[in-house]
Amino acid sequence: MGEFKVHRVRFFDFMPSGIRCMAFNSKADRLALARLDGSVEIFNFSNNYFQEKVIPGNDSRSIEAICWVGCDRLFTAGLNGEVVEYDLERLCPKYTLDAFGGPIWTAACNSEETHFAFGCEDGSVKLFEILPDKIQFERNLDRQKGRILSLSWHKSGTLIAAGSLDVIRVFDVKSGHSVQRILVDRGPAGTRNKDCVVWNVAFLSDYTIVSGDSAGKVQLWDANKGTLIKTHLVSKWDVLSLSVSENEDSIVAGTSEGTVVQFQLLSPKIGDTETQWVRTRTFKHHTHDVRAVTETRTAVVSGGLDTQLVICPLMDKVEVKSSESVLRKVIFPHRSLVSCAKKPSLLLFQFPDQLELWRLGGTDTIGKPGESLPVTRKPEKLLQLKRKGDDHICCSTISECGHWIAYSTVSSIRLYQLQCDNNNISITKVSKLPKVLRSAHQLQFSADSSKLFVASEQATIHVISVSRSECKHVHTFKPKSGSSAPVHLLAASADGQWLTSANRHCEINVYNLKKLKHHCMVPVYNSLPSAMAIHPETNNLLVTHADQQMFEFGIVDKQYTDWSRKLQKEGLHRCRLKWGTPVTHITFNPQAPSQVILHDMHMFCIIDQSLPLDGLKAQFYSQLTPKDTSETDKPRKNNALKICNKYQPLLHVNLLEDDWLVVVERPLIDIHSQLPAPVRQKKFGT
Amino acid sequence: MAELYEGFTLCGLAAGQSRENSGLLGIEPGRDTDHVIVTGAGRTVTVYKVSDQKPLGSWAAKQGQAVTCPAVLHGQTGEYVAVHDSKVLRIWRDEDINFEKVFKATLSAAVSRIHALPSSEPLVLFQRGAVRQLDALLAAPQQAVEEVLSEEEVIRWSSCFLEAEQPLLLFSTEKSGECFLYLQKLSPNVLHKYNIGSEGKGVCPIGFTATLENKCITLMCLYSNGCVYKLLVSLHPSAEGEQHLPKSLLMKLPVSEGVLHRAAIACLEEGHIAIVGAPPSASTGDRDFLCIWNTNFQTLQASKELPGGAYGQLWCNAGKLYVTHGKMLTVLPYRCEKSSLAAALGKLKQTSTQEVTSSPSVLNWNSFPHEEAALEQKTGMRTRRSKLNLKSQATLATSITQVLEDIKGVSREEVEEVLEPFLSCSPVSPQFQLGLAHIAVELLKRCQADPGFYPQSVLARLAQTGRLSHSSCPGFLMLALEKHDYFLAQLCLQHFPDIPEAVTCAFLKAFLSVADADLMQVSVDLEGVSLVDGPGQSLEVVQNGFSPVLLEEDSCDVQLTPPKLDQSSSWTDMSLTCPVGLKKSALLNEIIRSSYSESFLLPHLKDLSAQQVILFLQYLQYLYVRSSGDVYTQLPGLRAPTMTQIMDWVSLLLDAHFAVLVMAPEAKELLAQLHRFVRSQVRLYSELGKIQGTLQELSKIKKEQEIGLYSIEVIELF
Repeated sequence: MGEFKVHRVRFFDFMPSGIRCMAFNSKADRLALARLDGSVEIFNFSNNYFQEKVIPGNDSRSIEAICWVGCDRLFTAGLNGEVVEYDLERLCPKYTLDAFGGPIWTAACNSEETHFAFGCEDGSVKLFEILPDKIQFERNLDRQKGRILSLSWHKSGTLIAAGSLDVIRVFDVKSGHSVQRILVDRGPAGTRNKDCVVWNVAFLSDYTIVSGDSAGKVQLWDANKGTLIKTHLVSKWDVLSLSVSENEDSIVAGTSEGTVVQFQLLSPKIGDTETQWVRTRTFKHHTHDVRAVTETRTAVVSGGLDTQLVICPLMDKVEVKSSESVLRKVIFPHRSLVSCAKKPSLLLFQFPDQLELWRLGGTDTIGKPGESLPVTRKPEKLLQLKRKGDDHICCSTISECGHWIAYSTVSSIRLYQLQCDNNNISITKVSKLPKVLRSAHQLQFSADSSKLFVASEQATIHVISVSRSECKHVHTFKPKSGSSAPVHLLAASADGQWLTSANRHCEINVYNLKKLKHHCMVPVYNSLPSAMAIHPETNNLLVTHADQQMFEFGIVDKQYTDWSRKLQKEGLHRCRLKWGTPVTHITFNPQAPSQVILHDMHMFCIIDQSLPLDGLKAQFYSQLTPKDTSETDKPRKNNALKICNKYQPLLHVNLLEDDWLVVVERPLIDIHSQLPAPVRQKKFGT
Repeated sequence: MAELYEGFTLCGLAAGQSRENSGLLGIEPGRDTDHVIVTGAGRTVTVYKVSDQKPLGSWAAKQGQAVTCPAVLHGQTGEYVAVHDSKVLRIWRDEDINFEKVFKATLSAAVSRIHALPSSEPLVLFQRGAVRQLDALLAAPQQAVEEVLSEEEVIRWSSCFLEAEQPLLLFSTEKSGECFLYLQKLSPNVLHKYNIGSEGKGVCPIGFTATLENKCITLMCLYSNGCVYKLLVSLHPSAEGEQHLPKSLLMKLPVSEGVLHRAAIACLEEGHIAIVGAPPSASTGDRDFLCIWNTNFQTLQASKELPGGAYGQLWCNAGKLYVTHGKMLTVLPYRCEKSSLAAALGKLKQTSTQEVTSSPSVLNWNSFPHEEAALEQKTGMRTRRSKLNLKSQATLATSITQVLEDIKGVSREEVEEVLEPFLSCSPVSPQFQLGLAHIAVELLKRCQADPGFYPQSVLARLAQTGRLSHSSCPGFLMLALEKHDYFLAQLCLQHFPDIPEAVTCAFLKAFLSVADADLMQVSVDLEGVSLVDGPGQSLEVVQNGFSPVLLEEDSCDVQLTPPKLDQSSSWTDMSLTCPVGLKKSALLNEIIRSSYSESFLLPHLKDLSAQQVILFLQYLQYLYVRSSGDVYTQLPGLRAPTMTQIMDWVSLLLDAHFAVLVMAPEAKELLAQLHRFVRSQVRLYSELGKIQGTLQELSKIKKEQEIGLYSIEVIELF
């Protein structure tokens, strides 16, 4: 029963982009993160660090600074000299504004959130006033020689510290004059002829300025007197990022060596009221430059060129044994980049700049479990489809029959018809798309490939009928609640009657496609759905959420099923809680309708709904040693949860016809091999 | 197998040489193995450093003079000695530059050759056959030199040896087709003359080489018809006057036209000879080759073509062959390994020194009748030479019966006298082996009949030949035991291949019970115990500054019985003193090394007394600690017992006497130590077993990591 032939695919060479900068919004408990390719991601820290929103990148956009204003306004500034505010509903830039100061290296917002300061290439610091729906240029501070690389407002809003080459200046905001000029000494002898780049400054409320520079120093200065208080040499290379905790008792600094160093304000003696900054902890979770670092209430968050976001808990600040106490690494997006056409065994891979279509290989032989079969037919790359324009691809899909491919950027949707007879592949773009289609957050074909469902940027869902002759707009579903939250998941039933959509307000709407009307809404659960699917026979909707919970909702009955209630009562296996990453795909086994296959980054599992759920007491059996099972262990076969963690990290798992599974792996070592060489470090014994 | 390595050119040959004459007079060893003295036929003497292919010094005689004999190095003074114009002796040192100004002595007669010996005065061989030591000659250069050789007798070849600090000179002469061999001994000045006999018309010896082994000179002689003969020249010839020297055919080279002109032979080690000028097979045509042949199997081992034609000059020095050909002198390093049939068949015997000296049970494949038959088949006619061989065999048989007759009823000294020459040249043949056994049996009979008669040295010589066995002369061993001749007993244990377990046990018993004081006078071969200390001497094993805390020093035991540590009964303290004397341990080592079968040995072992068993166990324990403390499992010394042998004996002794040992109070400590040791060993091995599992898992993991970009697998989920 549990025997599968597995296509083990490793040729999806997906390469995440390096992390450039990030900003944590403690009021919303969300982290905004900008990558080198210009994309922006928002992580919801209160929702199991789920990657809530992704704003696709753009070739012309290069982000150097990212800033929150309030809870829901996000700004970036970059080397193209533009300031961008984003529409977090439609997930696209709202407007862009040229600061006219050349490339912008840094941006900072004052504590009242009334003004922005931008540091530019030409040495000017530009002040912008923040208005409810836009920002507006106010004035320049005195222009200085040398580009401004870092900026920090004092809490009072009257002073700004600006880091430049070899110098830190303090500006009086009112007058615009430089009131203090602090010279930063260059590195050790031998590097004296190289400028000391002040990559970061932080203005503390006690008029202390903290700086991090290219000589590897973290220095504390008295802003009033312009004198050095303390120097900490933390690296042989650059200190690239600096962050001060909200209550100003902790500073973290990221270096080129991949380390993150923490400083804490402590009193040297117990009972002493006098405090000083002491270097306390060093974290080493990165191999490359740590370009961005920030501190939340309970964790140090860091990211850099090695593309992973690391959330490292500060164990003295977390309550023990909660999900916060686990070190998390976010490497892959929390959504599926792979679509699968089951019948012709095609895989569609989504890259930011292109799509790849592959046909899976095959074998003639039959083998026993544990064996590797000889590949008689090699996998084939059928198509490589480059996107048009500067905008990166945000979603893509392939129809079940393999004849249709659709993808969308923030500016356009494209639909292609694919003809594939024997070895000839021909692709034709469907030229006349209905006018209503502008951009999509999610695309999905119906099971019979006759309809395309488009989750639009206006939170509506367009139903388009596709055929060889023409594409016609059939209907547009609007959410009953009137919510404008973007839809990020779509699921259609196999019989073509039901369509469900999940949006970022955790609402799941069910629409009747036959009657073209809203059917019902699934009770709102306070965690974002990470994957959902409709059972092909029972038409029950299975939803997994970012917090690892799973629900089954009977669409016809408009209520949770008995199995779902039992699951909530008894709980699936406790090992599920250890999953650090959300479930990104759910599928069903047509041969055994009771089997559900779902996967996250580290494992995939089969849940048999017909078998009794094992409670928390049941022992966890690993699938790694299947040969140990003897006849006496038969009862164990009745385990409802079967886990396979042989393949990882997983990007996609799907069930093809005739007991064929396809798993798409992306080994981390392949990603590391594509990264540039890290800075040279002396290792002991080398 | 033997092989020739890639050679190199040492120097070019002087211009003006002809096809017959290479222009090189000779090559002699220099001050160490890397130096040679090359003497040109003209006027030059050059010293080369071979590995650098570089001349270190060169001297030349004046125009009009000619160096007539190869220069040699006087080993004791470091001076070079050469002769020019046949009569003028020159002696000089490295630092002398001008050859004209060096020491000069004019002799009264023409010199044929000077032979240098490493630790003796050089010998000067005059052309008329007289021999003088150099110092004697220098004292009176103009002294009269007698004429030994007859008219028209010419010295063809000469060589010298050192036997028991006495220099010997062997040279061959030729007179109208007949060949003679002279063996000149100095002090007392004795000259022996042998007639080698010729091989028929036109066939003459063209190359000689000789080695000294076992007090017997083996001369190999290459004839122009391609035959290599072996002649055994005894150092103690029995008869005076000219003797006929029997020769045996060693091998026949495949000579195409039947006659060799320019060829030379050099004896390498272990039955290998190098021959230059003879082709490796009959079909090689006109080209010249240097070949290494195995004389035991008559097989060609290595060959090398010499471009430009050879001159028939070949020297062998320190593992390198020097051969002149074309316009150069080439140096070819070589290597010989002992060939055996077993090696050829793929079952290489373990080469330990003992096996080399004694292999009585191995049949000699080179025996005469076999070879004879092969030759006859090949040639279809019985040559005179083969008849001669038969004759020599017949003489051997007669000599054995003669010897047997001679030793009957004579005194011990006379027996020694009779047997000495017989034993000194020991031909390899079954007859000889049988003869030895006959002699041994005869002597045994006499010893048993007459208690006063005990020819110890002869018996020892007989045992040392390595051709006796227990089965061929039963009682030999027991005689040694009766006479308390521990030296002979040791020899027998070393050389006899088939000692019964009962006898081994009797020996063991005797060795264990003999007092160390009694052994003081006995001479025993101490090779096996070269580094074992005497009783009471403690030894400190320090390797790289690390004194091994023995494996047996188990940490658990220390924790369990901490007070025991300061008692002297600790395993380490005890074991580092040898419980028996040096000579006794040498004898016991022979017992431990002897071969036995457990089931036969066990009943005899029970005869030992408890004291003997304890002593022997203590000794074995000592040996074990010695060898286990070392990195090597073999104790230093050639005939030291191996770890396995020691452990086998410990087990055997414990098996045979366990009940007795348990009851004996004095054995308690010993048994406790052995037990503790075994327990620690068991623990060690169980730990190793655990590691084995882990390592196996590791190797499994590695296999799984070879996954390409795409693969199809079958999995089963339970």
